[in-house]
Amino acid sequence: MSSAAPGVQEVIPASDVAEAELYHPHSWLTKYVFSQDAKIIGIQYTVTALAIGTVALVLSWLMRVQLGFPGVLSFIDPATYYQFITMHGMIMVVYLLTAVLLGGFGNYLIPLMLGARDMVFPYANMLSYWTYLLAVVVLVASFFAPGGPTGAGWTLYPPQAILSGTPGQDWGIILMLVSLMLFIIGFTMGGLNYVVTVLQARTRGMTLMRMPLTVWGIFTATVMALLAFPALFVGAVMMLFDRLLGTSFFMPALVELGQLREHGGGSPILWQHLFWFFGHPEVYIVALPAFGIVSDLISVHARRNIFGYRMMVWAIVAIGALSFVVWAHHMYVSGMHPYFGFFFATTTLIIAIPTAIKVYNWLLTLWRGDIHLTVPMLFALGFIVTFVNGGLTGLFLGNVVVDVPLSDTLFVVAHFHMVMGVAPILVIFGGIYHWYPKVTGRMLNEGMGRIHFWVTFLGAYAIFFPMHYLGLLGVPRRYHDLGEMAFVPPSTATLNAFISLVAFVVGFAQIVFLFNLFWSLRRGREAGSNPWNATTLEWQTPETPPGHGNWGKELPVVYRWAYDYSVPGAARDYVPQNEPMPAPTRAATGQAT
Amino acid sequence: MVVALIMVLVVVGSVAFHLVSPWWWTPIASNWHYIDNTITITFWITGFVFAAVVLFMAYCVYRFRHRPGLRAMYEPENKRLESWLTVVTAVGVAAMLAPGLFVWSQFVTVPPGSSEIEIVGQQWRWSYRLPGPDGRLGLSDVRYVTADNPLGLNPDDPNGRDDVVIDNDDLHLPIGKPVKVRLRSIDVLHDFYVPEFRAKMDMIPGSVTYFWFTPTRTGTFEVLCAEMCGTGHSVMRSRVLVETEVEHRAWLSQQRAFAELEVSGR
Ligand code: HEM
Ligand SMILES: [Cu+2]
Ligand SMILES: [Cu+2]
Repeated sequence: MSSAAPGVQEVIPASDVAEAELYHPHSWLTKYVFSQDAKIIGIQYTVTALAIGTVALVLSWLMRVQLGFPGVLSFIDPATYYQFITMHGMIMVVYLLTAVLLGGFGNYLIPLMLGARDMVFPYANMLSYWTYLLAVVVLVASFFAPGGPTGAGWTLYPPQAILSGTPGQDWGIILMLVSLMLFIIGFTMGGLNYVVTVLQARTRGMTLMRMPLTVWGIFTATVMALLAFPALFVGAVMMLFDRLLGTSFFMPALVELGQLREHGGGSPILWQHLFWFFGHPEVYIVALPAFGIVSDLISVHARRNIFGYRMMVWAIVAIGALSFVVWAHHMYVSGMHPYFGFFFATTTLIIAIPTAIKVYNWLLTLWRGDIHLTVPMLFALGFIVTFVNGGLTGLFLGNVVVDVPLSDTLFVVAHFHMVMGVAPILVIFGGIYHWYPKVTGRMLNEGMGRIHFWVTFLGAYAIFFPMHYLGLLGVPRRYHDLGEMAFVPPSTATLNAFISLVAFVVGFAQIVFLFNLFWSLRRGREAGSNPWNATTLEWQTPETPPGHGNWGKELPVVYRWAYDYSVPGAARDYVPQNEPMPAPTRAATGQAT
Repeated sequence: MVVALIMVLVVVGSVAFHLVSPWWWTPIASNWHYIDNTITITFWITGFVFAAVVLFMAYCVYRFRHRPGLRAMYEPENKRLESWLTVVTAVGVAAMLAPGLFVWSQFVTVPPGSSEIEIVGQQWRWSYRLPGPDGRLGLSDVRYVTADNPLGLNPDDPNGRDDVVIDNDDLHLPIGKPVKVRLRSIDVLHDFYVPEFRAKMDMIPGSVTYFWFTPTRTGTFEVLCAEMCGTGHSVMRSRVLVETEVEHRAWLSQQRAFAELEVSGR
């Protein structure tokens, strides 16, 4: 129960870098509930996100029941269906993926990987989590509000989002917007923390170019999120005004079910620009941490240095920057000025280049490695397949004229599920299998892990790969029921039923995973402090799980980059970052900071 | 071993699915076969890359799987290889982008001499308007929308008096003539989508959007709404009949002008 340092001191003694004084909890409540320890906050984020993510998963089942076996569940009428897709999409993207990758992995790993004692603003960090939790509560409340949650689609396009042809236009949309605003406020508090911690609290010797790629990915994504979320925040405020005060930011003069409304002069397209100015970077806010994490998983489990580290860092930064100038590729057929198409198609396809470099470097890290097919490695391999698949179909949709027939069809649904649904989720799973031993001191069960991997990976591929072809055929997305469509062959119904069945199986495989999380807490094999023989600092902590303050008395000092695997001449096949260089170079690096 | 094999099977399965899949694009009925060609180029390039990447990965997993005594190679970077790969990727990307932008410039440039028609979306039905003998569409505004004037035509605009209004019925188009489609909505976003024409564009209340195409095949084609527009989205259907010039003129002569509708409505 005592905090990091054994003994009586309340303040952990400073090493020779400036020490932050940590708040030391005095009760169970301040230690585990209102905790200011980034590790606990990271766990809180992850558990909350997985819980709300389970709701989104159940919604996807219900949607798949309707699409595979139309009408079987009679309560899924069009209004309910649209509420389901909206809540499913929004929860998955914002409340699950963003929250787990930044709030969960970010909080847990940034201080540990950088050799810091904690985030620099622990109190704001705690508030960040509780605001996020409030956002989730408000979101869930909309299920119980009169009229139910909004069914406007996760893009919440006005005018439809606030007019009466759309379910949830009275309470649902208001709660959704408020919840998003809360999420952004919460995220901003956490995000500022991650950025300042990375810039200010690295231990001695941890230069920026020695940081593990996981931290680079999370750091860049956080900077992006701090720049992108305000656009959504502003949009949400304006839409709330349109809805509650009758302003006309997004509302032109229009007729609502036969009745002329007193709006005028607003622009529905303005919302789309604001939304996608946030929404496209959001894709990379989810992707970049995943890129970083998967780089580390591959390197550790292939026992080989990450290939082209500097290129990897620059690619992350370049992707982050470029992704602010591509947003309107979501709007090629929105009716914006058609000449925008030339610009946005060009920028979008340019992003493919740094992205491709990352893929090559992952492959080249495997090349001549010593590949241990552990569960985290399997998930990393699965990520490469699904990410490459989804990235390549992005070249269809980014290439403006090719997008014209494909936009708003199931091709798009298949594409983004592959690239930003399945791929990052596989990394999250891989990351959990990888770091669970550090968090709990025990390994996750390997057999269950393998079952979980194969069913999830092959199942998700079988769900979304064929779906592209339905989109190519012309089946639109967001259709409650295909009904009669002359151009759609009857075999489509069979395919849809198949996809649904696989979706149920994949869903059940997640129960195996959740069970494993609980089961291994007590029954898992003891992990020791560094079960994967990894080099990065989080595996070098004096205690596992690491105590409050992470490092005991002395902060670690970093002498090398994060990827010294299989160094020629070294005794073991890994050299931890805090292990001094052999004799002659030692003096030189020792005094560098 | 098994892992590598499964990865190979994923590639083989994907290629096989691509080849035998009964789900493929609809036979085209417009001039936009260029779009189809660009899709074909993109399929070749991306398909090749996908297969190459996953097969290479499978090879590595097999060849460099852990065995006692195996040690990985230590090689932080390889500048030549990295630049070489970057250049090849850039060339591949350019090979897709160039035709794409070329076709896009055609897509956004309406050829002179196209006839103009208007399509209006509202929850949840389609209406059409063709210019009358004067060849011009009259002004419109949502403020004029009533049950008898569902498209909100301005009754005082002489250009609009002869316009043919087709409310909630099929659209007929003559084959082989380029049409510029003006798109309007009077309530929320919609999107006029006929898979066989390949082209589509959102309709936005408060503004007019457009696209153009030339019907190249006679027949009846289904119209779908491709932009979420509320609970009736998936049942917002209509039809386009592409017919010969003669048939089209015969059909047109039976339609009534806006002015006549207005009179009968009173
Ligand atoms: C096996 C897991 C999943 C299944 C079976 C599934 C299924 C579906 C289905 C059936 C739709 C509605 C398609 C339509 O009619 O337009 C949908 C939409 C969506 N899904 Fe998933 N999904 C899964 C996982 C995910 C994940 C992990 C994400 C995270 C990015 C995600 C994000 C979305 C989004 C953003 C939408 C669009 C919602 C909208 O159109 O407004 N899904 N999903
Ligand atoms: Cu995007
Ligand atoms: Cu619609």
